[in-house]
Amino acid sequence: MSLVDRVRRVCSGAGIGLLALAICSATATDLARAGAKEPLQSLDEQVQEIKSDVLGIAAELASLEERLLYPSDTQVAVFVSLAEGETFQVDSVQIQLDGAPVAHHIYSFKEVEALRKGGVQRIYTGNVRTGEHTLEVVVAGKRPGGQDASGQQTLRFSKEVGPKLLGLELAGSDSGEVGISLGGL
Amino acid sequence: MRARVRRTIAIACAVLLPVSTAAADDLRDLHFGEALYYAHQERWFEALQRLDAEIAQHYGVDEPELDSLYPHIKAANFDVGDFELRYRMHHRAGRAIKAVLEADVEPAIRNEAAFRLARIHFQKGQPGDALAVLGRIDGELPEAIRDDVEFLRANIYLALRQPAKAVEVLRELQGSETLVGFSAYNLGVALLQDGRAEEARAQLDRAGRLDSRDPAALAIIDKSNLVLGTLFFEAAAFEPAERSLDRVRLEGPFSNQALLRAGWADASAEKFERALVPWSILAKREATDAAVQEALLALPFAYSKLGVQGRAAVLYGRAVEAFGEELAKLDASLESIAGGKFLEALAREEIRQDKDWVIRLRSLPDAPETFYLASLMASHEFQTGLQNYLDLEDLRKKLVSWRTSLDAFEDVIAVRRAYFEPLLPEIDKQFRALDSQIRMRVEQRDRIDARLQHMLIAPRPDYLATAGEQASAQAIAALEARIAGANTPEAAAQRLRLRRLRGVLTWSLETNYHARFTDAHKHLRALNADVDAMTARYDAFVRARQAATQSFTGYAASIEDLRRRTGEGLERLALLMERQGEMLEAVAVQELKARRLQLEAQQNQARFAFADSYDRAAKAQAK
Repeated sequence: MSLVDRVRRVCSGAGIGLLALAICSATATDLARAGAKEPLQSLDEQVQEIKSDVLGIAAELASLEERLLYPSDTQVAVFVSLAEGETFQVDSVQIQLDGAPVAHHIYSFKEVEALRKGGVQRIYTGNVRTGEHTLEVVVAGKRPGGQDASGQQTLRFSKEVGPKLLGLELAGSDSGEVGISLGGL
Repeated sequence: MRARVRRTIAIACAVLLPVSTAAADDLRDLHFGEALYYAHQERWFEALQRLDAEIAQHYGVDEPELDSLYPHIKAANFDVGDFELRYRMHHRAGRAIKAVLEADVEPAIRNEAAFRLARIHFQKGQPGDALAVLGRIDGELPEAIRDDVEFLRANIYLALRQPAKAVEVLRELQGSETLVGFSAYNLGVALLQDGRAEEARAQLDRAGRLDSRDPAALAIIDKSNLVLGTLFFEAAAFEPAERSLDRVRLEGPFSNQALLRAGWADASAEKFERALVPWSILAKREATDAAVQEALLALPFAYSKLGVQGRAAVLYGRAVEAFGEELAKLDASLESIAGGKFLEALAREEIRQDKDWVIRLRSLPDAPETFYLASLMASHEFQTGLQNYLDLEDLRKKLVSWRTSLDAFEDVIAVRRAYFEPLLPEIDKQFRALDSQIRMRVEQRDRIDARLQHMLIAPRPDYLATAGEQASAQAIAALEARIAGANTPEAAAQRLRLRRLRGVLTWSLETNYHARFTDAHKHLRALNADVDAMTARYDAFVRARQAATQSFTGYAASIEDLRRRTGEGLERLALLMERQGEMLEAVAVQELKARRLQLEAQQNQARFAFADSYDRAAKAQAK
């Protein structure tokens, strides 16, 4: 009897063979899973509902936090992005606001990838008075070849009534100097 | 074997449908970029939280076309649906996409929405609805999703058991660069479903010979070779089966199955010596894998067929031991599930550090809770249930952390109230005094301004007289009054002198008028600058005063409401986690018990075979 015939016989309940258990048990567990499927689906819907509720709580909490801690009159937020098509790998960004260190972020691989794909990181949210301010940015990273790359820039901005959003765009260069440009919304 | 092939094919039909996030070219909205930042890290909750807020704000403004999200609003509306889908919120995802579909939008956007909605229906296991929605596509379709739409259509036909139609669609997709491997493999599957076995084998052979560097494409190429090898094996065509199975990469996800079947292909062709090679490799791998366990029996089986009974007996003996160890592991796993440790292990933070967490389960330290976790993950229901359980655990952690935040907010508010409340009455008193002075000065400035404006059309030199001139004018008027009734010659001389003096005064006023008028305007402009500065400080003070009050009033109701909702959420989560956990444990126990039965049978078989081989070896030695 060929092996294939043996397997077929076993699966039809005629005997026991080497391959049989694996195949027949797979069928048995499939049946077991099928039995468990219905309540899982019903639970799944309830899980979706509570996700929606928690998202609602998160939205209100964020709004409360903003009103309480970062009122629009004094709010300043700093965002970091990479220039389009940038291959420079950012390792860390440090930020000083009016001479005081306010943010220092070391990037994980996933965060760098997210920046490369066009994501924008909010690195700092705080409060400043209306008027002129300085932002000092220090960037460290690696060039595609593995050599060190760094950049430092002092940028000025004016805070008026209403939230101030500052976008920092980082761009590498062949010399290893990282360009830091400021945009704002 | 047919059951196994069917199972393999069924999984492959639902392969990777791309979920896109908007490209960030010319990003104009930092908050939208922030949502994408989280989406690219697959942190769907955070991405949704930000995008929901940004979209709600966009639709709340009076002139949305001036809002920074306006250039991205179409992408944002699609992305919110995509993120919800990726966060396994199918209901909301469907609603979001439907809203786009039913809005008054360009055909290209409506067609893309139809595609996305169809994809949701397909993923929810509603291929009929998916096909109906695809039927709404009419006219222009964005280039980027053209192939994806047709690929989805083919998958739907396969799910609806209409393979002939799927074949037609898939034939057109064979040149697609984004679907390398997938379209070729699925065409083979469609041909197989359509009963065209010969064409299916030829197609799977083509799919198995494709070249790619993409890990997903490489996996599907491996799968093509595995399915083709299995088909040949079923048809007792062992040589071609072996050739196909040999093409499966040794390090790929289908490697164990391929090695096992390659060995059986050799063994079935009575080439037991060749069967030793794949089975020997497989027998050294992780023993919790079912294919490896099968190889532990198959390897001595091949040796016994080759007449090497001594080696076979040794290997059967090792298999008995290995099965014993695996049975002990299974018992420990079952015991840990009964002890409630299984769910704790599943919720461990390090498991979910990256998107390949399912694969990383294999690398977890050996513990009864995790011995057979990787094989449990083969079950779709278990995987869905586990993902839900982990999502619930994440939500629970968030709610617990937020409850602490609410406490902290209340502390902040109390500190602010304690600081500001005693200060504000005195500040307000001083402010009211200053306020009336400021108002008075501003009114004065306004009066002067009005007078100067009027003097442009009706000149009044007397308004611009100096203090000395005004005093002189008053003195002249007083003297004139004193001598008004006198008729003496001295009085007449005095009147003449007074007239000359008034004339001098008038001369001075008239001749200096334009210069004085210009100076008055200059002074007013200077005053305006001072008044503006004062007004700015005044406004800043009003804002600061308002902010001081707002920093501790008006939050009580919000915090109370959030605390209530957080508490209710935690209660519901506890209940859901319990039910979801019980479900997972039940599925795991069923699966593990089934594996236990299988292992027991294999162990018995190994024992009998060991005894048989041992006897044969002894007899051979006696001869």
